[in-house]
Amino acid sequence: MAVPKTLGVETEYGIVHRGVADPNPISASSLLINAYLSRRAEPGSGPGAPRVGWDFVAESPSVDVRGFSSLDAMAPEIETHLVNAVLTNGARYYVDHAHPELSTPECADPLSIVLQDRAAERILVESMEAANAVLPEGQELVVYKNNSDGKGNSYGCHENYLMDRATPFSRIVQHATTHFVTRQVFTGAGKVGCELPFRNRDHLEFQLTQRADFFEEEVGLETTLKRPIINTRDEPHADPLRYRRLHVIVGDANLCEVATFLKVGTTALVLAMVEDDLLDPRLAVVDPVRALQAVSWDLTLSRTLELADGRRATAIEVQWELLAAARRYLDDRGDAMVGGPVAHEVVRRWEGVLEGLESDPESLAGQVDWVTKRRVVEGVRDRHGLDPSDLKLAAVDLQYHDLRPDRSLFARLGAETLVDPDDVRRATGTPPADTRAYFRGRCLARWPERIVAANWDSMVFDAGGEALRRVPMMEPSRGTEEHVGTLLDTCETVEELLDHLSA
Amino acid sequence: MAEQEQAEQDRRQRDADATVDGAEGQEVKAAPGATERGERLKGELDDLLDEIDEVLETNAEEFVKSYIQKGGE
Repeated sequence: MAVPKTLGVETEYGIVHRGVADPNPISASSLLINAYLSRRAEPGSGPGAPRVGWDFVAESPSVDVRGFSSLDAMAPEIETHLVNAVLTNGARYYVDHAHPELSTPECADPLSIVLQDRAAERILVESMEAANAVLPEGQELVVYKNNSDGKGNSYGCHENYLMDRATPFSRIVQHATTHFVTRQVFTGAGKVGCELPFRNRDHLEFQLTQRADFFEEEVGLETTLKRPIINTRDEPHADPLRYRRLHVIVGDANLCEVATFLKVGTTALVLAMVEDDLLDPRLAVVDPVRALQAVSWDLTLSRTLELADGRRATAIEVQWELLAAARRYLDDRGDAMVGGPVAHEVVRRWEGVLEGLESDPESLAGQVDWVTKRRVVEGVRDRHGLDPSDLKLAAVDLQYHDLRPDRSLFARLGAETLVDPDDVRRATGTPPADTRAYFRGRCLARWPERIVAANWDSMVFDAGGEALRRVPMMEPSRGTEEHVGTLLDTCETVEELLDHLSA
Repeated sequence: MAEQEQAEQDRRQRDADATVDGAEGQEVKAAPGATERGERLKGELDDLLDEIDEVLETNAEEFVKSYIQKGGE
């Protein structure tokens, strides 16, 4: 049975350190995050980021949901010595390998995800400003929200969905794969050129997604080599007997709010239908790795894919079938497991985007990133009479994702917004009220000096006694404002809070 | 949210137009709201294209070549 879809997005950002001879992305990322934390920790700087570290005790990224680990599988490493902070909005902000990464707090619906994703961008922008204020003259850090350097190196924007542990994993694989292959028509962030191994960059002028060229397997544990469409990392960050967390690594980072909203909103609906076993098993794409690339490479959106029952359908046609199933799901079972009323807005916009893709994709400028970006790329090409392989077009691609407000090409294109900029500003320091992120964020804001460490499913307090006290948070939909708001408002001290919690 | 409401209005208007025009077998034309939005987006794109040389990194080729991001995920 479907469980409420607690959601999260973790984004790795590209980083460039200008004005130095031999830039080091790890130290640049550390500098970026530390500059932000220092600025936020200054007295009078408002809600922000106390220096509380991340607690690694529950992290086991090499545990495989299939119950085994193949000997040659390369599990992601956890680097505990790098900067790693928890923010008062419940987010985690850290250096991951050679990138700054921000994981949003847990969210209960896709609109909340859009708000937190925008807040994450704003935190990165403020980090650049803080870092550049302390760097020597002539040096600058620049952050990009994209997934590829155009030279075969990719970094991720991962999505997380809480699911029922009892759902057979094979069923998740089948239907989630079908959705991931076909949702690219509206989730793609667009890319100039091709990065498939052994192909020239100019093999393609433009494609729908940043990421499709990097996927080689259908199912697996890796995230950096032989990337799989379905990642099997089994770290629920919640009660492992009740839940699994589907860790989705195949998507692009989006700038368009509508694209982020639909990427997460449609996927939450599809996964709820998988849990309730409502999807037609014949609606499965054959050879999904090749289909992933085929969809990404097809700007006409007309190429057909082979399905399990021998039919052929375009990605858009498959999406229409998933949308029809989602409508039936909402009619029959309601919206309680998929974010409440917001789910109806997902379905409405899902329909609008599919209609637009069929009738006039250009009409989706400002809603779908690949459409928005392609207009600029083609505009520059035509106006300057450039060859499609001209590197100036690759520069346009990169600069679309530049997060500096005065340099971002995306910011100049008048994209449609779903969330208010003032709410975004507040969300950089305030957690969502309707998940356990509320408890984490509020405690960090109130008693930063008494919290030794925090992670997704617990917090460790120094309550003055001999031993530290760990508060488990194994249920992501508890610890909300409704549950603990009054308690947090009325407790004067950590001791009082812990006494109440253990009573 | 104002934009959202506007978009919803645009869509309803578009739907209404499509039904009427379709019934009469005429060409479906864009609703005024949709046209307005399309024109605004086009205007913004034109402005950007006019200024692109000032906005783009000064040495685009060098910028693209030096943008290298290893060690993701």
